[in-house]
Amino acid sequence: MTQQYEFRAKGLPYLLVLPQMVVVFVFFFWPSLQGVWQSFFLQDPFGGHLIFVGLENYTRLFTDPSYAYGESFRVSVAFAGAVAVLSMVVALFLATQANKKIHFSSFYKTMMIWPYAVATMIAGVLWLFMFNPNVGVLAWVMKHKLGIEWNHLLNSNQAFLLITIAASWKQISYNFVFFLAGLQSVPNDLVEAAAIDGAGPTRRFWAIIFPLLSPTTFYLLVMNLVYGFFETFPIVHQVTAGGPGQATSILVYKVWRDGYVNLDLGGSSAQSVILMIMVISLTVIQFRFIERRVHY
Amino acid sequence: MTEHNTVQRVLPHVFLILAMAILLFPIWLVFVASTHTNADILSAPMPLTPGPHLLENYSRAIVEGNENLGTSALMMLKNSLIMALGISIGKIVISLLAAFAIVFFNFKLRKFCFWAIFITLMLPVEVRIMPTYKVVSDLGLLNTYAGLILPMVVSATAVFLFRQFFMTVPREITEASQIDGATPMQFFWRILLPMTRTPISAMFVIQFIYGWNQYLWPLLITTKQEYYTILIGINRMLSGADVLIEWQIVMATTLLALIPPALVVVIMQKQFVAGMTDREK
Repeated sequence: MTQQYEFRAKGLPYLLVLPQMVVVFVFFFWPSLQGVWQSFFLQDPFGGHLIFVGLENYTRLFTDPSYAYGESFRVSVAFAGAVAVLSMVVALFLATQANKKIHFSSFYKTMMIWPYAVATMIAGVLWLFMFNPNVGVLAWVMKHKLGIEWNHLLNSNQAFLLITIAASWKQISYNFVFFLAGLQSVPNDLVEAAAIDGAGPTRRFWAIIFPLLSPTTFYLLVMNLVYGFFETFPIVHQVTAGGPGQATSILVYKVWRDGYVNLDLGGSSAQSVILMIMVISLTVIQFRFIERRVHY
Repeated sequence: MTEHNTVQRVLPHVFLILAMAILLFPIWLVFVASTHTNADILSAPMPLTPGPHLLENYSRAIVEGNENLGTSALMMLKNSLIMALGISIGKIVISLLAAFAIVFFNFKLRKFCFWAIFITLMLPVEVRIMPTYKVVSDLGLLNTYAGLILPMVVSATAVFLFRQFFMTVPREITEASQIDGATPMQFFWRILLPMTRTPISAMFVIQFIYGWNQYLWPLLITTKQEYYTILIGINRMLSGADVLIEWQIVMATTLLALIPPALVVVIMQKQFVAGMTDREK
């Protein structure tokens, strides 16, 4: 790409970036630094004394059993992994179906894409309503037709399953959009050549289409993990409130709860810093990969 | 493509219709529930076909709202709209200006500005909740529209998208405008902006939905009913004992919360898909 023409002006460019930089500094860098700073101190919630405690806020997370931080970590990994796999597998399958030359395919595409607009929180409400032990239609079916007593407020496995399904349901359309775009860029003659050579549809998919999709798949894997780890707060907050017990208390939910509800600012800040490190690592992995895209 | 028997032709339809049903069923239930009385919903199993109380439920949800909520769906829709438009338009405006500066000017802090914006990509609000809350509260912005909008307005994605697009603008066009004596801002308004219409509308769809669907941030900073967005309102209506929830009103409100962003996606599907899949290239 050629270098763009550059205007000569002294003050103007600074004026142009100013609004963006002000917001970046006031709402990103300043709070992030404060978070890091705060994570080395203990403060009583009413704004009183600050006591420097070094890394104690961090070590406490992993040693103090009342935090159950390791447990929260485990739940988050299981949850994010399950959501990523479930929603990607379903989306890839649907995208291959919608990519076939069939009638109504553009109608189907629209019908697969609209749930992107559904807020994560609303997805939680939808599934909560279906599985509410008192009024939920599916909870009723489970109980009266299948003999399974459904109560995600008491049963931790059911709680975990419910938030996983709700979060995946919402994420299918996002993955569908990317898989479909990926499939559409697979050269048709390659697939047809394989067909002429006698490869059946399954073989063609695994030998040709799937490898060609690998950049999309990798990109989506990272994005889905980010979604599962960091953007699913609304579902947990609305559907299970982290319970029963700590069974669905994923990391972002815990940061909020310890900071906002339990007013443990030091502990919450230390958790924020750990989360920042996680997001930054995921982003770096993503960009490393994009830099040297897979070549064929 | 290559196989032509009947089963091969019908199967994709079967799968896609099944998927459509799974995606639509929850919405159907919400709609059905919003047309019944609460007693009907509570008498398990609730009916699966619409009832006669549609107008009654929606007019109550829109005009009065749930009991004890202290605000109505109309007010909350207004707040959500202000927040979504504020975030999407704000992001687009400041990102266009920043991308314009970064691509078309050579200034000392150019690299620095670019990286400063780039890093924000890595820090979603979820991971720095408490400190951001403190900053906004120190600025006196709790329970204000500015407080709802400003911290969400930074967008590395929008800056990247516009930056990429600006770099593909033929150099000759820029040079020609210089020879004709246009100032940089005239070039920006009269030539660059009209060319950028497509990326702008793609960004608008994505950011409008992002803004409309914000949850954690408004949950933290709106404690007064006048500033509840519709998602916060739904959360408040659902917190409390199960038996006291007015499901028919909650479900009517849920559907109202869902329709605006869904309409935006369906109407602007093309721009939306292009914007989504382009931005990571």
